[in-house]
Amino acid sequence: MKKVLPKIVLSVTGLSSSLMLGGCNLVLLDPKGPVGQAEKDLIVMCASAMLLIVIPVIIASLVIARRYRSTNKNATYSPKWDFSAKIETLIWGIPICLIAFLAYHTFVSCHELDPYKPLVVKEASVKPVKVQVVALDWKWLFIYPDEGIATVNEMAMPVNAPVEFVLTSDAVMNSFYIPQLGSQIYVMAGMQTQLHLMASEAGNYAGVSNNYSGAGYSDMKFHALALNQDAYQEWINKVKASSKVLDTESYAKLAVKSIKHPVEYFSAVDHGLFENIVAKYNNGMVADKDSGKMIHMDSNMSGMHTKE
Amino acid sequence: MLGKLTLSSIPYQEPILVGTFVAVAVIGLAVLLAITYYGKWTVLWRNWITSVDHKRIGIMYIVLALVMLFRGFADALMMRAQQAIAFNSPGYLPPHHYDQIFTAHGTIMIFFMAMAFMQGLFNLIVPLQIGARDLAFPYVNSLSFWMTAISAVLVNISLFVGDFSTCGWLAYPPLSELQFSPSVGVDYYIWAVELSGVGSLLTAVNFAVTILKMRAPGMSLMRMPVFTWTVLCSCIMMLTTFPALTVAVAELALDRYLGMHFFTNEAGGNVMLYLNLIWAWGHPEVYILVIPAFGVFSEVVPVFSRKPLFGYATMVYATLAITVLSLLVWVHHFFTMGAGANVNTFFGIATMVIAIPTGVKLFNWLFTMYRGRVEFTAPMFWTLGFMVTFVIGGMTGVMLAIPASDFVLHNSEFLVAHFHNTIIGGVYFGYIAGMNFWAPKVLGIKLNPKLGKAAFVCWFIGFYLSFMPLYVTGMDGMVRRLNHYENPDWHKWLIIAAIGAVVILIGVVFQLAQLFLGLFQIKNPAVRDVTGDPWNGRSLEWSTSSPAPAYNFAHIPVVHARDAYAYDKEMGIDTRRTSEPYTDITMPRNTSAGFFIGFFSFFFGFAAVWHIWWLAVLGVLGVMLTAIVYSFLDDTEYVIPAAEVERIEKEHSRNLMTQAAE
Repeated sequence: MKKVLPKIVLSVTGLSSSLMLGGCNLVLLDPKGPVGQAEKDLIVMCASAMLLIVIPVIIASLVIARRYRSTNKNATYSPKWDFSAKIETLIWGIPICLIAFLAYHTFVSCHELDPYKPLVVKEASVKPVKVQVVALDWKWLFIYPDEGIATVNEMAMPVNAPVEFVLTSDAVMNSFYIPQLGSQIYVMAGMQTQLHLMASEAGNYAGVSNNYSGAGYSDMKFHALALNQDAYQEWINKVKASSKVLDTESYAKLAVKSIKHPVEYFSAVDHGLFENIVAKYNNGMVADKDSGKMIHMDSNMSGMHTKE
Repeated sequence: MLGKLTLSSIPYQEPILVGTFVAVAVIGLAVLLAITYYGKWTVLWRNWITSVDHKRIGIMYIVLALVMLFRGFADALMMRAQQAIAFNSPGYLPPHHYDQIFTAHGTIMIFFMAMAFMQGLFNLIVPLQIGARDLAFPYVNSLSFWMTAISAVLVNISLFVGDFSTCGWLAYPPLSELQFSPSVGVDYYIWAVELSGVGSLLTAVNFAVTILKMRAPGMSLMRMPVFTWTVLCSCIMMLTTFPALTVAVAELALDRYLGMHFFTNEAGGNVMLYLNLIWAWGHPEVYILVIPAFGVFSEVVPVFSRKPLFGYATMVYATLAITVLSLLVWVHHFFTMGAGANVNTFFGIATMVIAIPTGVKLFNWLFTMYRGRVEFTAPMFWTLGFMVTFVIGGMTGVMLAIPASDFVLHNSEFLVAHFHNTIIGGVYFGYIAGMNFWAPKVLGIKLNPKLGKAAFVCWFIGFYLSFMPLYVTGMDGMVRRLNHYENPDWHKWLIIAAIGAVVILIGVVFQLAQLFLGLFQIKNPAVRDVTGDPWNGRSLEWSTSSPAPAYNFAHIPVVHARDAYAYDKEMGIDTRRTSEPYTDITMPRNTSAGFFIGFFSFFFGFAAVWHIWWLAVLGVLGVMLTAIVYSFLDDTEYVIPAAEVERIEKEHSRNLMTQAAE
């Protein structure tokens, strides 16, 4: 039996390394924006640093177990040996050094990649795109306050322009996540979270909810379109051409539970809809993101509760 | 009269559930008939149900854990099958059923498999290892078991009466609030967790007191076996964190039952309050489970390397460091809630600092084997499998602990792979190593080594086949708990994962075969170990006969060194002190109080789930009456006369002599 174990382990490590090789086009290793790129670099660096210790430890476990097998009478046997100050220093020292290295990068990357931190772009002329996101059972509502439009389950952003998301929920908690662009953030009723992302390549990226939210969770998906400036303007115009308008009444209809909700465009949105959705869970109060002050919304949303 | 319970609550239109019910009913009936036919009801009642003997309670815990493993594993197979076929199709499980399955899988595996198995090992070994005759509070121990057992029954009743929670194993609000989950599923979850929590907390009190107050003379803290150390640390964590779980779930219950607003969307409720409370328990919980597994490895490796544990003091300090640090890391479960960079940095670094003492432990086991004489027994197979597997789980854990990486890895299949990597590769491998290692102490025979190794090989390969693909799909953007998907790249990996689950199933079959063969052979003199020390062990549990007599030790052993029994053997000291005269031994008497408190608690729990208030009141009254009546009993002990002790000990000595003569 003693020869079986190393063989198994060899075949398993062989299998797992072939898994890794086959994984060159994995989504997280093929990011399409600066946030995702930085996170990929961080993951690869930290994993490599740890593998430098992990692989030798795995090999050492097997080699030592085999070398000192009871049938190998040639191996040294020290039945009393149970302490060595040198080795003790080493076995505390190695993990401490590794973790110190990782801790430094944790600190740096935590501040660098804080989802609340606006992205800096070289060309100062590029205006960030503001998008308000509302998670509903089980679909995503996107409001473009500067354009006065709204969409469901599809959003667009110009390539190489930072996008400032402000997010809330009018149902349960979800997590807003576009894997190829990077960071996700929780989306909660009565609260506003923020996220800054940017696409550096045009494409149609998958967007998902990454926090289980009930029966329609698996289909709570959206398309994140990264478009060149012209195509983006075209998309805006297409939405603006829609005959549908998002007001109190149509929002109430939209908020009703639905699974696999189709993409919808709204050419106009009630002013302050997003703030009203936040405020209805806070006695009509909403925090202003820029000033941090609480503002009272003169709300007509109370009738819109999806409750009961 | 029956609250919310109506005939329509019985899911008789679901063929899978009806099939399961028929199977459970047939097996249950067969067991009941067999007990009646062989006239074993009194034996069952006297020797098991009312027993306060830690060794018997330990066996009952492990039987419960294995039954729950079977249930939880059946759930796992169903999930893997669903994900393997639900590519571009709805699969065979609709979301309502699938969501119950993943919720039940997590709840059962943690609360009723791992926790029960862990408490089983505590019970079987700790008093023997510290030279005590029983626990500090034997009746409370029986109560702990019955609270755990009836909670497990409550969870399983939900299969056939009503439904189970669909909110995931931690029942995050607001999804678990009445507004979004109006059925009784979450209520089953609430009462199962609350009632079993009573059991776990009492176990923690019991073992902490036992270890601190009832060690044999000479056994200072720094002479305690490492397994006992890890049990003590585990109990400290349980004492600190289980109240947080109890409070979080009780507040959820107040929301659901009395319309309060702790975690609702409206009226000032805050879901993040729940997440903080539940993870203040939930993260230490994984250390509560894995640290005793580390304790098992620390016993197994020295025995089968034929030398003492390398760096005992380091091992103890590393364990204590993990105990403290485990309480400071809970926020890493929700880095993505939008806390500031400094908060995330603190909890990220605190988490990865735990990797230091954990790494140290691994090196300690390595250097214990170094210059040893390593014997490749079944427990050693599980240990080596653990060492190889757990470092990978540790590495991916640190990757998740770096907040900026967690922003993309959080809640993905990568996370699912990570925690199975540590729970299977750490906790499960550890407990099974412990089961193989200590089975001779409990049953008096070694479990079949070939079947044990075959089981290990299947589990080991099956684990890698099942979970390495999930690391890959996680890196490919697959999130957890998906019922169906359209991404063709994931499909092949999920098929491999399903095959892995089947390989693990074969491993489970080997394990069952190993256990049943063991039970079958229990009286077979050819395999029976009469020495009580089949592995040439190092700690006190091996100094008494297998199975140990009711009183464990005729004379409480005196401890002269670490590895007390190994020292005695080397120095020619008779640990059993057979030449000294025997005295009467006072032992705790059996009591049915624990069983009846559990029994009434079950009816309270079931009634609370279904809002059958008269039954709930009766349940509470039953619990209170039992406790009051029990507290008036004076006659709670019995005496084993010296002559009887002498007879048992002489017989054991005779067996030892015959064995030595052969």
